[in-house]
Amino acid sequence: MAIRVQVEAFDPGAEVNAMHAANVGVGAVVSFVGYVRDFNDGRDVSGMFLEHYPGMTEKALAKIAAEAEQRWPLLKLEVLHRIGALEPGEPIVFVAAASAHRQAAFDACAFVMDYLKTRAPFWKKENTPEGARWVEGRASDHSAADRWK
Amino acid sequence: MSINVLFFARYAEAVGFDSLEVEGEFATVDAVRLALAADPEFAVLNEASLMCARNEELCNLDEPVEVGDEIAFFPPVTGG
Repeated sequence: MAIRVQVEAFDPGAEVNAMHAANVGVGAVVSFVGYVRDFNDGRDVSGMFLEHYPGMTEKALAKIAAEAEQRWPLLKLEVLHRIGALEPGEPIVFVAAASAHRQAAFDACAFVMDYLKTRAPFWKKENTPEGARWVEGRASDHSAADRWK
Repeated sequence: MSINVLFFARYAEAVGFDSLEVEGEFATVDAVRLALAADPEFAVLNEASLMCARNEELCNLDEPVEVGDEIAFFPPVTGG
């Protein structure tokens, strides 16, 4: 698995290509890219800041990825999350799973995102016309994670 | 015993700093939380949605605490 927590921007297309470039046994790659939106909960968003818990963040992501590798026959798994200042339109998170056949890759990718949403220590603070505000957690994220129990 | 307590995001803003050395005898993470929350300055720790971690791993409030542990309190995570 590869776990990356970084300030720098990344190219989702290049990341997807790298998932199978070194292994012709890979028959399926499923990826998810999350982007910063310019609107949330009724307010314009001009940017955001991603705070995290250095040390725990990497451990939490590695634990989630390890559980995915135990559950599905994956050939490669990558989790990339940005921190710091981000602008609307920028990619913020990338998860990709490679496997011989599609179902394992689909399921593993969804599983990692659902667990990341509820267990990885990141917090978003959005800049809006009314000032900066912390994004609230959503109950729907927990029901999404619960389906994997 | 000495415990290192960390706060993140909205909680760090609410208490005014992001780390604190706490002295005392604590059996669990919840005992640390209750000792702090007795002071109105730490009222945010009474939120029902509070999350916590012990030594960089998510835990429940009944998690045992040992000398030198790093305990973190934070609001629900919002990454992804």
